[in-house]
Amino acid sequence: MDLEKLQQKLMAAAKATPPSDQVPYAFEKRIMARLTAPLTVDVWAVWGRWLWRAVAPCMSVMAALGVWVLATTRPEPESPNLEQAIENTLLSSDDVAGE
Amino acid sequence: MEPSDTELIAAVRKGDVQQFETLITRYQPRVFATARRYARREDEVQDIVQEVFIKAFQKLDSFRAEAPFEHWLMRMAVRTCYDFLRSHQRNRETTLTDLSDPEVDWLERFAAGPEDNSKNTDAARALVERVMAQLSPEARLVITLLEIEDRSVKEIARLTGWSVPLVKVRAFRARAQMKKILETLTREKYL
Repeated sequence: MDLEKLQQKLMAAAKATPPSDQVPYAFEKRIMARLTAPLTVDVWAVWGRWLWRAVAPCMSVMAALGVWVLATTRPEPESPNLEQAIENTLLSSDDVAGE
Repeated sequence: MEPSDTELIAAVRKGDVQQFETLITRYQPRVFATARRYARREDEVQDIVQEVFIKAFQKLDSFRAEAPFEHWLMRMAVRTCYDFLRSHQRNRETTLTDLSDPEVDWLERFAAGPEDNSKNTDAARALVERVMAQLSPEARLVITLLEIEDRSVKEIARLTGWSVPLVKVRAFRARAQMKKILETLTREKYL
C-alpha cells in the first residue's frame, strides 16, 4: 500500500473538516468568575508544598554532613581484645572501691 | 465603535478587570477551535480554554504589544495544548486494533483504489484522530501545525518557542513516526 498517498489522503480529510469554533453558552462569564473570585489560600496545601520543596536541600545538607564527618573522623585506636575488655569492665568497680 | 485590543488591555492593566471579558468573547472561538485539535472530550477542551485565558490574564503585564494580541494569545494556546498532550500522554484511549467498520471500509476502499475514496470523510477523520492519538506530543503538535494547518516552520517556531532547526528535526521525526504508525495500521488489517 502506498503509505505516502494514505498519509496525504488522511491529512486532506483532516484539513477538509476543521474543528468547530463553537463556544458553550456564557463561557466568558465562567472565566471571569474564576478571575474575580476572592483568592482562598489552602494553608495545608502550601505547607505540604514547602515541605516537598525542603526535601532536596535537606538531603543535600545531610549528605554533605555525612561526607564531612567521614572525612574528619580519625580512626579509633586499636581496642583491647574482648577478654581484656570484659575484665577491665568487671574490675573497674573494684579499682574505684580500692582507691 | 468597539474598543481595540490595545485599549482593552490598557484598561485591564489599570484595574478594570471586567474589560477582559470583551477580549475573551472576541478570541474564544479561535482558542476553542485550536483546543479541539488536541483534545477530544469537551470537558478537556473547556479546561484548556479556561487555562489559556487565565494564563493570559495573569501574564498580561508581560504583553509588549510588539505583535498583535491575537498572536500572543495563540502562542499561549498552542503551548497550553502541548502541555495538555504531555500530561495526558499515558492515558491515550485509542488503539490501532479496534477500528470501526466504516474505518476498515475506508481503508479497504483506499487499498483497492487510492484515487477513489472521497466518500465518507467522517471515517477518514476518525482514522486521522486514531493515528494522531498514537503520536508523541511533539510529533502530534508538529504534524497538526505543519500538515493540517499548513503553517511554516518559522511560524511553528514562534508558536511553540522551539528553534527553527528543532522544529525541522521534530517534523522529520514526526513524519517518520506517522509512517511507522500507518505501516502498523495497514499491516494489522492485512491490507
